[in-house]
Amino acid sequence: MNANTPIKHTQGETDLIARFETARESLAGSVSVGALRAASLAQIQDKGLPHRRVEEYKYSDLRAFMKSAAPLAAPAEAAAVRQALNVQDSYGELDRYRIVIANGNFAPEVSDLADLQAEGVSVADFAKALTEDGGSQLLGAPKTAPGDGIVALNTAFVQGGVVITVADGAEVSKPIELVHVAASHGACVTRSRIRVGAGAKLRLLETFTGDAGAGEINAVFDYQVGDKANVAATRLIAGDAPAPRLCTTIATLGEGCLFKSLGFVAGPDFVRNQQFIHFVGENSEAKIYGVSMARASHLADQTLIVDHAVPHCNSREFFKTVLDGQARGVYQGRINVAPHAQKTDGEMMTQALLLSEEAEMANKPELEIFADDVICAHGATSGQIDEDLLFYLRARGIPEDEAKTLLVLAFLAEAIEEYDEDDVTAGLETRVRDWLAA
Amino acid sequence: MPAVQETIDQVKAIDVDQYKYGFVTDIESEKGAKGLSEETVRFLSAKKNEPEWMTEWRLDALRRFQQMDEPNWARVSYPKIDLDDLYYWAAPKSVEGPKSLDEVDPELLATYEKLGIPLREQEILAGVEPKNRVAVDAVFDSVSVVTTFKDELRKAGVIFCSISEALREHPDLVKKYLGSVVPVTDNYYATLNSAVFSDGSFVYVPEGVRCPMELSTYFRINEQNTGQFERTLIIADKGAYVSYLEGCTAPQRDENQLHAAVVELVALDDAEIKYSTVQNWFPGDKNGKGGIYNFVTKRGDCRGKNSKISWTQVETGSAITWKYPSCILRGDNSRGEFYSIAVSNGYQQVDSGTKMIHLGKNTSSRIISKGISAGKSSNTYRGLVSAHRKATNARNFTQCDSLLIGQDCGAHTVPYIESKNSTAQFEHEATTSKISDDQMFYCLQRGMNEEEAVALIVNGFVKDVIQQLPMEFAVESQKLISISLEGSVG
Repeated sequence: MNANTPIKHTQGETDLIARFETARESLAGSVSVGALRAASLAQIQDKGLPHRRVEEYKYSDLRAFMKSAAPLAAPAEAAAVRQALNVQDSYGELDRYRIVIANGNFAPEVSDLADLQAEGVSVADFAKALTEDGGSQLLGAPKTAPGDGIVALNTAFVQGGVVITVADGAEVSKPIELVHVAASHGACVTRSRIRVGAGAKLRLLETFTGDAGAGEINAVFDYQVGDKANVAATRLIAGDAPAPRLCTTIATLGEGCLFKSLGFVAGPDFVRNQQFIHFVGENSEAKIYGVSMARASHLADQTLIVDHAVPHCNSREFFKTVLDGQARGVYQGRINVAPHAQKTDGEMMTQALLLSEEAEMANKPELEIFADDVICAHGATSGQIDEDLLFYLRARGIPEDEAKTLLVLAFLAEAIEEYDEDDVTAGLETRVRDWLAA
Repeated sequence: MPAVQETIDQVKAIDVDQYKYGFVTDIESEKGAKGLSEETVRFLSAKKNEPEWMTEWRLDALRRFQQMDEPNWARVSYPKIDLDDLYYWAAPKSVEGPKSLDEVDPELLATYEKLGIPLREQEILAGVEPKNRVAVDAVFDSVSVVTTFKDELRKAGVIFCSISEALREHPDLVKKYLGSVVPVTDNYYATLNSAVFSDGSFVYVPEGVRCPMELSTYFRINEQNTGQFERTLIIADKGAYVSYLEGCTAPQRDENQLHAAVVELVALDDAEIKYSTVQNWFPGDKNGKGGIYNFVTKRGDCRGKNSKISWTQVETGSAITWKYPSCILRGDNSRGEFYSIAVSNGYQQVDSGTKMIHLGKNTSSRIISKGISAGKSSNTYRGLVSAHRKATNARNFTQCDSLLIGQDCGAHTVPYIESKNSTAQFEHEATTSKISDDQMFYCLQRGMNEEEAVALIVNGFVKDVIQQLPMEFAVESQKLISISLEGSVG
């Protein structure tokens, strides 16, 4: 397609353009934020939603999938939010703080703000911050994917979210759960800025477990991790949702810090979990894990770019995918090593287990290396359950279904255990079992 | 290790921009008009006395080519090639059908001698009974000049000739297989090749025949401004076996030269084709000026049951390499292999890899790729392994390792692994590293100097692939690798 000829918009794109016209006035932000929003929508208008001819979306054709776009979700009623929270209690007994984002907006009345204040964590409304000076600087794009379509979509429509600031040296004693609730139908487009001060420690749970919702969820998390800080971000994308679930992490890591993340995906029809990790300080470490489960004709896409822009940083990427039915699994990972990023150590692994004849897995683990004194490796495997292992278990009197469950659990546990956040991931086994039994 | 010592000597003896094969042979040559048009194609086709259907085939390709855009996905950059500023036909004037070597221009023979082609060597003249005979179909610019060993091959029933000759003498075979592996519109450069291919080799090994010797073509781009568009077609009929060697050198030039070849391999039931390449075209001088653009489409079709195609390549030359020798594993139990060494130095850009497309049951493939990147070069492995719905029990093992020498080079790995069948088992591993300090220390401590140590370690790094090469290529390859890396240490 020639760049000069206007594209023919799909119904989904037409809906989005109309949605922008409708919502324009009510979307928060200063003048410069408004200009950014308009420019981002113009990108969608010109190029369309990301589709399979765009290399980064080769296997996840959002343009084809998003046949329509619902209007943005209206502000939520307090009662509806409380009810939704009761249903979506994803972590049960786990002792945690809670921050709620309902229908795309920060809901302070149901969030544990006072306790957090005492721990050195302040929480502000992202929508309000957009209207203040420098608001447009909150809408950054990943350095390694400046024109990403999902981030552009987010910038155009972002309703709200939170700005979390963890004070220098504050070690938050309990995990903070950032619960995303859709109390009514409609799209929820959120963005959160998480500033972690020097030497601080934060464990964040980003939860998207609501069922239903005709509208897409598009959430961007922008982490700014200070020197010697320690962050663990657990993302849970589950539930039975027909509209796309699009989650993006942009993380900028200071010196000597540790950033860990686990992206757990099970359920929705179309999930794209993308992460852009950017090292700006030396001697830091990123450990990125992913677990995806998909069935029917669903798609689970885990995409990752780790950008080693400075020397002496380590990164570990470990992804597991289990597919059933006609599901499609996608892993696209890239380790970039800049020309002067010597002594980089990067290791990436992706493994897929195909439970059915018709499941499909696409792995694309890339290395892009411009420095010579580095150690980088990647591996990829895909296959079905090992007959020998199955036989071993069955020979010991374990029924076939239970044996398969055990093997799938063991397969996924390799990544979950390495993530090493046992209290947080304790409930995931139940989720895997439920998913397999469904 | 004698080979290593030899490598070191080579490195010492040769300076970076004293390209060993950089000479120009001055013999008169006949050229067609510059530019790409229907007239050019008709002229070319008429010059070669091609049948009418071939001319039409070319014209059809040209029309389709004119609708296509140049691909830009590869990690290479170069100034736009002006296709209208190229000659599509250049032939040494003296080749009005030489009947024997004596009729060949002595200057041509001198060229081959410099290249080290054993064209009129002991095997023919001294009548030595050779154990490993090599038949050479030498291509000098665009026309096959001399084809040796034809008689012996004929006795075995093997057809080995230039594709122009095959068009005249075996039109049915050519018509049946040409374009059946790489369709006319496969990609930009393959389509261009289809329209204007000059010449190349044609091999047909009949049913049940094991080709009695290794077949070989030496390519040589000589005439300035001549895009060279080789077309090679190799068919191994049921139960046949053939091993084919391709080696390339080109004279030193300031102007970039375009090379867009197409190689098609067809293996029927139980047949095996082994295709080995040593590519050593002029890579440009130490400032990145000049050099060959090598945009090649190579593909093998394992069409029959139990067939096997194996690609082995040593890539040390060319300013830009864009090359993905592939296997379509169509027949049940068929097997594809790809062994590659790609060395880049100076300002070379390599974007190379393979595709293994598993279509049949119980198909297997193996990819071993070793990239060595030095100087200011960029070296990318780009590969696809895919198992289609019906490819039950497909197996793949891929290993691609990169070695970086120096701070200004880049090494990239871009694998695509697509599995649409749950019984398919794919394994892929890749590493990138520099020569470890421990290895260097070990060598230096034993009295080697730095260059010797690097040569030793690199030769060890690529050993898995070198082992797959026929003997004479293996020796030459080790030399080439060390020459290519000259100047990269320190």
